[in-house]
Amino acid sequence: MMMSPASTHTDIKRRSPLSEFRVALKMPVLCSSCAEKRAVLKRPKTAHSLCKECFFWAFEEEVHQTIVSAQLFKHGETVGIGASGGKDSTVLAHVMKVLNERYNYGLKLLLLSVDEGITGYRDDSLETVKRNQQQYELPLKIVSYEELYGWTMDAIVKQVGLKNNCTFCGVFRRQALDRGAMMLKVDKICTGHNADDVAETVLMNVLRGDIARLRRCTAISTASEGEGVVPRCKPLKYAYEKEIVLYAYFKKLDYFSTECIYSPNAYRGHARTFLKDLEAVRPSAIMDVIHSGENLSVREGVKMPVQGTCGRCGYISSQALCKSCVLLEGLNRGLPRLGIGKHHRLHEKILLQQPLTQEEERKLKAVDF
Amino acid sequence: MCQVDEEYNGQLEHRVTPRVSKKCVKCKENTAVLIIRAGDAFCRGCFKEYFIHKFRAMLGKNRVIFPGEKVILAVSGGPASSSMLSQVREGLSRDAPKKLRFVPGIIYIDEGGASGQSMEERERAVAQLESVFRATNYHYHIVHLEQVLSLPSSVLEAGSSATEKPQTGSSYKAAVDQFIQTKKNQHPDLSLENAQSHLSSLSMHEVENGVTSPITPEHTQALQKLFASVRTLTAKEDLLHTLRQHLILHTARTQGYTKVMMGDSCSRLAIKLLSNISLGRGASLATDTGFSDPRYGDVVIVRPMRDYSSKEIAYYNRMFDIPSVFIPGLDTKAQDKASIQHLTESFVTKLQTDFPSTVKAFLLTLKNTKRKMPRVPAHRCERALGMLQGCMRTADVARAINCNVRIVRRLR
Repeated sequence: MMMSPASTHTDIKRRSPLSEFRVALKMPVLCSSCAEKRAVLKRPKTAHSLCKECFFWAFEEEVHQTIVSAQLFKHGETVGIGASGGKDSTVLAHVMKVLNERYNYGLKLLLLSVDEGITGYRDDSLETVKRNQQQYELPLKIVSYEELYGWTMDAIVKQVGLKNNCTFCGVFRRQALDRGAMMLKVDKICTGHNADDVAETVLMNVLRGDIARLRRCTAISTASEGEGVVPRCKPLKYAYEKEIVLYAYFKKLDYFSTECIYSPNAYRGHARTFLKDLEAVRPSAIMDVIHSGENLSVREGVKMPVQGTCGRCGYISSQALCKSCVLLEGLNRGLPRLGIGKHHRLHEKILLQQPLTQEEERKLKAVDF
Repeated sequence: MCQVDEEYNGQLEHRVTPRVSKKCVKCKENTAVLIIRAGDAFCRGCFKEYFIHKFRAMLGKNRVIFPGEKVILAVSGGPASSSMLSQVREGLSRDAPKKLRFVPGIIYIDEGGASGQSMEERERAVAQLESVFRATNYHYHIVHLEQVLSLPSSVLEAGSSATEKPQTGSSYKAAVDQFIQTKKNQHPDLSLENAQSHLSSLSMHEVENGVTSPITPEHTQALQKLFASVRTLTAKEDLLHTLRQHLILHTARTQGYTKVMMGDSCSRLAIKLLSNISLGRGASLATDTGFSDPRYGDVVIVRPMRDYSSKEIAYYNRMFDIPSVFIPGLDTKAQDKASIQHLTESFVTKLQTDFPSTVKAFLLTLKNTKRKMPRVPAHRCERALGMLQGCMRTADVARAINCNVRIVRRLR
């Protein structure tokens, strides 16, 4: 039963007449795919009742279709899997390994992990990643914020406060992944972003009016030209989060399941609650949001950022200085709000190591007492 | 830090609590009577000016209404469309400076059949609205939703536009001239002024009542059956919206109107935008919720109330006694999660209280998007309405509609 990723959804929760008949007679419901074994779960995406093997097959097949139709990988490439120890990256590592063998992608896989320095969260999940390395027999490389930037997330939060810290973590992590990938000479990075993540991002960007990001966020893989840029892709883009959890549960995969301790205050939380409610009303809504995001097109004449390089570290950037240099500068100078909000005019000053005026410094200090 | 008489070197952030006893920020003379946003307190007179000015500015900035053109106002009886009606009256009245020059008509669609109201309730609502419409002296049409079942399917084709779309400000004049030329060709002996009075006199004599053919209980039952066969409330609301749109379009076309004015406020549009995204209609965002919707060719839909938040409209209606009639719809008193549209509504209103600039940010996104493909959505409607015309008797219709809608949506 070939199901292409985007076409398998319905908002009508119903059983086929035969299943209803069986339920009425209190007989066990059969799997709707093979009709031989008993159904053990109901797929969140399509509301089909499936047995374990058919569900595994359906899930893996959909990821395979995503990879093949978007032509994500070439034979013989080295692919780094962004592994955090959480359910998405564990399932990704597992599925990539399975598909690599089953369909002969010919890829060399390895695990790449980032240590942000959040006590109680990251150190535990890193243990999980180390266990994954042994279970899947894949080489592992860990890069940490401490060694790359000299700051851990805990220290950052102490300076910045609880509201804008996700910005720091996200920006630093992106660079850290790229640096790690370059150290290992990896051709492509793949991350475990699932359908819920992409849909939340679309909603968040609409809520914030961020037209530039809206255009790019639904792309399945990023641009692949340029020095110092490792392209990255999302093979799990059309997989629902609930299905990933079910897959990990039924396959008894080893993963770490706690939320980041700083996440409750993020703006993304609003988009997430909304999306979860939408899913409860109509399960196909997640796919619909992604579909809308993909089909949004931008009017001519709207200013779009142009890709260049950072003046200080040479990383890609659309401004004179890349965001992580700006953020680091702010942290090192004790001006944590540098980097949050508009600061293009200050880039030149920072680049030339000039001191900022009293007025500018005052604005950039943290407001919390 | 905890001593008495501590000197704080840093600037303490003073939250300015808005108080109504302040002076109006505009004229600085009268006492303010209401607050629109934090820090914007207006007195009565300035608020009225601000409100009216916004409407005119909206029409003036997007110059799509030509003088002497026939424009139909879609009034649902709710606060926003009633407000729009009063604005149009205000603008067209003889003593207004720079008065608006177009010929208005009113249309009201009676949806009681779909939302399960009894005939008495519907007649009562219609009577209330009729009294409002009569007071305006404009030509009005009261159309029952049941009539959509007998529309020809040709109504779905996009007509060719009568005049060229004005590209920039300078060619607006050219477009207006062209429009007046075509009108002159239709009434060669009448000048513009006479044409207008001719049309308004028509409204008094010709179809005085404006109610189109009466409906029978069979029609109502057929409509109810159609709606009952659609399983989810989301789909029902969607269907209702589509049918309403078609009826308005059809009436506009047959009665010779070239523009339709809808009373969607800023908040309503933000909700529509977000629910369209959730329903998968990202491709047509710009036209579904933008100022003008040129998809239907000869009839253009405009939304002049786009910049008004529902708060402003409510204040205005209350302060200046604008009559509006509440008519319960499909999702009145429904639970939060009953349908996507309803869920979006509660989400947006909650977000708006925490982050007041949310709605404006959305609409900013909207401003920067455009249609992905210049296609008429008739395909979607064709199937739905095509099926309606055929076998209306079974519940399979609705399932077919649902499937077709989804299939076609994917094709877009």
